[in-house]
This record gives sequence, C-alpha cells and structure tokens, in this order.
Amino acid sequence: MSTLLLLIVILINFYVLGSARLVACIRAVALQGALLSLLPLVAHGPSGHALILGVGALLFKGIFIPWLLLRAIREVRIRREVEPYIGFVPTLFLGALVTAGAFVFADFLPLAAEHHAGLYVPAALSTMAGGFLLLMTRRKAITQVLGYLMLENGIFIFAILLSAAIPLMVEAGILLDLLVGVFVMGIVLNQISREFATLNTERLTALKE
Amino acid sequence: MIWLLCGIVLMGVSGLAGLIGSRARDGGQKLACALILVGVTLCLPALLKVLAPTATVINWRWAVPGGQFLLELDAISAAFILPLLLVVALGAIYGLGYWRHREHPANATKLQIFYGLISAAMIVLLLARNSLLFLMAWEVMALAGYFLITTEDHKPEVCRAGFIYLIATHSGTLALFGAFALLGTGQPGALSWPAAASFSSPQAGLIFILALFGFGMKAGLMPLHIWLPGAHAAAPSHASALLSGVMIKTGIYGLVRLTSFFAEIPAWWGWTLLLLGVVSGIFGVALAIAQHDIKRLLAYHSVENIGIIALGLGLALLGRSYNQPTLVVLGLAGCLLHVANHGLFKSLLFLSAGSMIHGVGTREIDQYGGLLKRQPLTGLFFLGGAVAICGLPPFNGFISEWLIYLASFKVLNSPSGVLSLSLLTAPALALIGGLALACFVKVFGISFGGEPRTAAAASAHEAPATMLWPMGIFLLACAFIGLLPSQLAPLLNRAAAQWQGQDHPLPLSLGGPLAPLAAISLAGWILVVLLALVFWRLRRCSQGARRDLGTWGCGYPFPSPKMQYTASSFGDSLVRLFNFGLWSKRHGGRPDGLFPATSSFESHTPDLFLDRLFSPAFQGAAWLMHGVRRLIQNGVAAIYLLYSALTLLVLLALLTR
Repeated sequence: MSTLLLLIVILINFYVLGSARLVACIRAVALQGALLSLLPLVAHGPSGHALILGVGALLFKGIFIPWLLLRAIREVRIRREVEPYIGFVPTLFLGALVTAGAFVFADFLPLAAEHHAGLYVPAALSTMAGGFLLLMTRRKAITQVLGYLMLENGIFIFAILLSAAIPLMVEAGILLDLLVGVFVMGIVLNQISREFATLNTERLTALKE
Repeated sequence: MIWLLCGIVLMGVSGLAGLIGSRARDGGQKLACALILVGVTLCLPALLKVLAPTATVINWRWAVPGGQFLLELDAISAAFILPLLLVVALGAIYGLGYWRHREHPANATKLQIFYGLISAAMIVLLLARNSLLFLMAWEVMALAGYFLITTEDHKPEVCRAGFIYLIATHSGTLALFGAFALLGTGQPGALSWPAAASFSSPQAGLIFILALFGFGMKAGLMPLHIWLPGAHAAAPSHASALLSGVMIKTGIYGLVRLTSFFAEIPAWWGWTLLLLGVVSGIFGVALAIAQHDIKRLLAYHSVENIGIIALGLGLALLGRSYNQPTLVVLGLAGCLLHVANHGLFKSLLFLSAGSMIHGVGTREIDQYGGLLKRQPLTGLFFLGGAVAICGLPPFNGFISEWLIYLASFKVLNSPSGVLSLSLLTAPALALIGGLALACFVKVFGISFGGEPRTAAAASAHEAPATMLWPMGIFLLACAFIGLLPSQLAPLLNRAAAQWQGQDHPLPLSLGGPLAPLAAISLAGWILVVLLALVFWRLRRCSQGARRDLGTWGCGYPFPSPKMQYTASSFGDSLVRLFNFGLWSKRHGGRPDGLFPATSSFESHTPDLFLDRLFSPAFQGAAWLMHGVRRLIQNGVAAIYLLYSALTLLVLLALLTR
C-alpha cells in the first residue's frame, strides 16, 4: 500500500516538473500533500500520534496552502509559466536522472536495516530533488513556492520513517514553519507583482549590490 | 620573583595614570613616568640574581585549558630584559619632554597607556615558558605596538603604516600558532615548553620554517621587513626607539628560544639564517643609504642590524650541527650581545633623531644642516650612536661584531669542508660595516655639518634636559659595554650554556684565549686617551683661529646651502652601485655646456619588496578575488539555490558508505 502511494507521489513530481499550467500544478501538489497525509496511517497503523500527523498534513498541505495559492493566483491573474530557465523537456529529463540517482544513492546511505526496504528513502530523496529542480529552473515566484512545497513533502516522507522517534512537537514545528514560509512568500509575491507588474523573480537580480 | 611581577604590573597599568587629571597639564604623565621607573626598579633585584645557581621560577595554576602560568628567568631571558628595562625607563623620561600632554592633548594619553602595556607584555613574553602564555603576551605586544605606531592617527600615511604592520604581525602570529601547535603534539606537557636540547620531532623542519616566518616577520628579516620602515617612521621617536630597539628583538628571542629546544639541529637551519642575515644586512644598509627621511633611514638600519644578529645566530646553529663548541659560544654571544647593543645605540639614535625633529620640525635630512652649532649636545650624542652602530671602537657595536668576526674565522680550524663556506660571513660583515659608516657619514654630515638649508634649521633650538639626559645615559651605557666588555662575559657564557642545555659552566668561556676581552678593553681605553689628547691639542691650536669663517670654507666667507651636497647626491654613487637591487627612481641629472641652466637632482627609493613586489601582487590577488566573487555572488536566486542543492549533494555523498 505504501509503495503504491509513494509511486504516485513520484509520478506527481514528474507531472509538476513537466507542466506549464499553474493551476494544474497547484492541484497536483495539493494531491501529493493529501496522499502523503495517508502515509503515517499506512506506515504506523491507526495510532493517535499518526492520526494527528495525518490530519494536520491534510489540512495544511492538502487544503489550506493550495487554497491560499489559488487565491493568490486569481488576484495576480497569471495562468502559465512561460520561458523557464531550463525548458520543460530537459527539466523532465533531469528529473528522471535525479530520481534514478536517488534510487541508487539510497542503497549507499548508512541507514538502519528496517529502513532499507520499501520506497521511503528513494521517494523522499527524489521528491526533494524535484522540489529543488523546480526552485532552480522556474522564473515565476508562484512556481518557486510550489518547489518549496515539494521540497517540504520530501522531508515529510523522510520524517515518517522516524515519526516513532520524533516527538509531535517537532513535526508540528515543521508544519508551522511551512505555513509561515508560504505566508511570507505570498506577501513577497504580492509585493513583487505590485512593484514590477510581473512575478518574474529575475527582476530581483537588480537588487544585488 | 614576586617583586618582578609587581614591577611588570606597575608598568602595565602606568599609562592609566594619564587618565587622571586634566589633559591640559602634565601631572598624569609625570605620574605615569614615575610608575614606570618604580616598576623598572622593582624588576632589577631579580635580574641581579640571574647568575645564582638556582633558577627563579613562578609556577601557578591557570584555568585556561593547556595553559600554565609558568615564568622562568634564565640568562637568555635576562640578556633581552636588561636592555629592555633601560630603554623603557629612559624612553619614558624622554617622553616627558618630547610628547607632552599639554602639546598633544589628543593622543598623549593613548601613547602613554600603550607604552606601559607593551613594556609589560614584552617582559612577560620574555619570561613565559608556556606556549599559550607566550602567544597571549605576544598578541598584547603586537596590538599595543599597533597603537603606538598609529599615535597620530589623523595622518593618512600613519594609518597606512599601521595597517601594513597589522597585516604583517597577524600573518606572523598565524605561522606561530602553527609552529607552537606542532611543538605541542606528541608531548605529555603539551603546551609547556620542553627543556633545552631535549626535543625531537619528525616535523622539526616544518616547525623551524613556520617559526622563521613568524619570528622573522617581527624581527624584520629581509623579505619580511616590509612593515618596519613605515612603522618606525610613523611612531613618535621614543616609541620608535622602543619598537626598533626592543620589540623587534622579541622575534630574535623567539628564534633563539625555539632552536634551543631541539636535540639535533639540521645544518640547513644555520645556512638559511646565515643567508637571510647576509641579504638583510647588505640590502638593509644599501636601502638605508638611499633614504632621505631620517627615521626611515634608521629603520632600515634596524633591518641591517637584525641581519648581523642573524649571522651570529646562524653561526651558532652551524656550530651545533657540526659539533663545534667554540663556534656556538662565540656566535651566540655575538648574537645576544648585539641584541643588547643594538637596543642601546638604536634607541640613542632614535632619541637624538627625535631631538632634531623636535628642533627643526621635519624628518627630511635635506632640510637640516649646520645643526651642530645649534644643538651641540644632540650632535655629540648622535655622533656617539653613529660610531657605535658602525661597529667602531671604543663603543659597544664593535665588541659584538668582533665576536661574530671571531666566530666566522674559527671555522678555519674545523675539519669539515662545507663549514668553511661560512667564512664568507666575514667579508659580508665587513661590507655591511663599511656601508653603514658611509651612511652615517652622510646623515651626520648633511644634518650637522655645513650651513643651515632652511630657515627652520637656522632657528633650531637645543632639546630640554628631560630629553638630553636619557640620551646621555644611553651613550654612557654604549661606552660601558665598549670599554668594559668582560663585565658581561659571565652572563653571555651562562646564556650559551643554557642554550645548549648544559647547566654547569662550559669548559670554554669568553674572556680567555677564546676572545681576549681584556685586551680589547685595554685597546679601547688607549684609543679614548689618544682621542682626548688629539682633541685637547686641536682645541689649543685653534684658539687663535677666526670664528666667523666656515671650517672647511677655504677662506670663502659666504657659504650657501647650494654649495653643499644634498642627501640624494651624497648617496648617489653608492646607490648606483646597488641599483641592481634597489631600482631607485632618479630625476634630473647632470648640467651640460659651459653656462648650464639651473638644474636639480633628486632620487627616491621605494621599498623593493613592499612597493615593487607585495603591493602589486596583493592588488592583483584582490582584483582576481573581486572578479571571482562577482562571478559567484551574481544575485540570481536560481544559482544560489543550485549552490544549496550542490552542498546538500556533497554532504550526502560524504555520508554514504
């Protein structure tokens, strides 16, 4: 069951990397978050801890943050990512490479024996790498927020491996961190679009010393 | 020993007295000077007991990890501390007249505070027997030295000199950290120093190289002397005397102390020092001849004298490597004695230069002239210092250079063929001495002889008594060592024994057939008597002479400054001789035709290493780094993210099995 979920998560990575339509991307990332919220229950069984974690992840990653992003996108009226730094097909190709790399790499990591089985580690690594790729290759601030979300999803998968050991407070802290991050980005987004009449972050380069 | 500590503390805090009372009065300064004098007096009893068989040691627990408050006074330390105390005390008195609070309200308090602090730090440094304590005192000394140099921090050239000094001293300290860390590895006591001639390490060569860089930077050995001319020219004269006479010697002390630890000394250590000594000596004095700023000129003479000291130490090291005890004793005695001597006569020269600057108001020799008539006592003291620094009898410079000459001739007795190469030290030393003599003929002749070149020089006045007395005492000290050198032989013998790790007195010792000090002393006295007779005779003969004519004017009654040599033209023949290494900039030239138009000549010699090598090299490096930084830090957010992704990848790769 967890393998299936993680495979879908990886496929969603590819979809986001290859798609130019922002609304679709946001929905895909929301779906990814919602799927991930199932993961604690699948991995550790229906305990109170896992339940709180799952519900929290669903609320934040699956509903609240995507709703915020969709609202923001309606206000600044953009629909498509045009002219990324690296085109969609090369990005997809790079994504495939790093995913393959993540699978190979996961075998070499010094992990506990029970964590080697399953897709957790490669999926976590490839989602993080996908998030990084998205952050690096796109110009629109909103896509970068999506990259940040994907990065966070990768970390979440990794954290699930350890959620028996990690206290709840730490996970709550991570979620709060994410939320604050999205808020800040939302504010920055509005400021950029007001100042430059665009959401291209490359205009920010003019701010360097 | 406890009195010694009290003395050090009193000296260290003496400058705080300047904070009391109003800036417009000199009361605080007098109090500070009195504190320094009391501190120096308190230090003396411990030093007088240095030849006693039991060592004076203080060993306290210290909470710093690896540190130990371990002070020990032995003959080597004493040989450095004795001149230090004299220079500190006399410099403080001199400062009362030279840098009065009333005349320099902006910076006199600062000068006084750091003057006391650097003195105390240097004594602690010379007594410390623990790497941490040593380095701590070293840094306090280095930073206090920076504040002495930048006393007049409103002048841009002073700030530049201070900045160069700061860079130099910190890169030196970095090397010292490395050297002492290596010294501490693989020992039980870690950071406390090993006993003399007991230490061996596979990394001995690296330790020596690092120490040579760090200590050589402070001492001013030739390629590393870059900070020295600017710094000594920028500081007030009595601070320059302290910096040049004493502070740069801590570098020599470090080398002497560090080499004493090693049981085996590779031959290349001695050869390296010998080579550096020859280069520093010859080029130091050649650069000195080319200078026209009296304090820069004296600073280059410090480089030269450090070269001579390095020659002595190099010979002593070679003696250790090739097992030649006579060479060790003579070389080290020459080195240590020259350290003390240079401290005395260089301080004397800096103080009399200060008196000239005080009287005329400039450092350029070309603006002096005829000062002997206006500042007769200053002239006398300067002349004494000049004779001493040129290594002429009957003053002290002669004794130490003579010991080094003796050492270099002793290699002829050794069976080793390679060692006899070091005989070349003797001609190098002779060349250095001759050039130094030429240089001081230039300085003394241009400044004190002839007619005044400027109105300021014509109206120069003699210095006040607080400035004259210290100079007189320095001159007496120089003459004392020059005329009664056998008084110092026991101390030097003991230092040479302790340097080799032997506690009992050596079978060889100075004063016997090894170095007939008594004969030298007798010859010195005869020379003094002869000089006095000649002087008395000349005085008698010249009683009927006319006073309104120039002495060498050949009867011409209206000499003018235009007829005199300038500093540039006097030094030019020698400067041209060394032009392969100096690269002087010469402007103007020879007049031609039967009725030549007005023409002028001047030469200007920038420092070979600082202005021609290090400055361009560092500017190039800065330009390159600027370009690299602009390339890396380009302001594109995506690239920054790429950096973090790469960092993450590298960290993960490092974690994998």
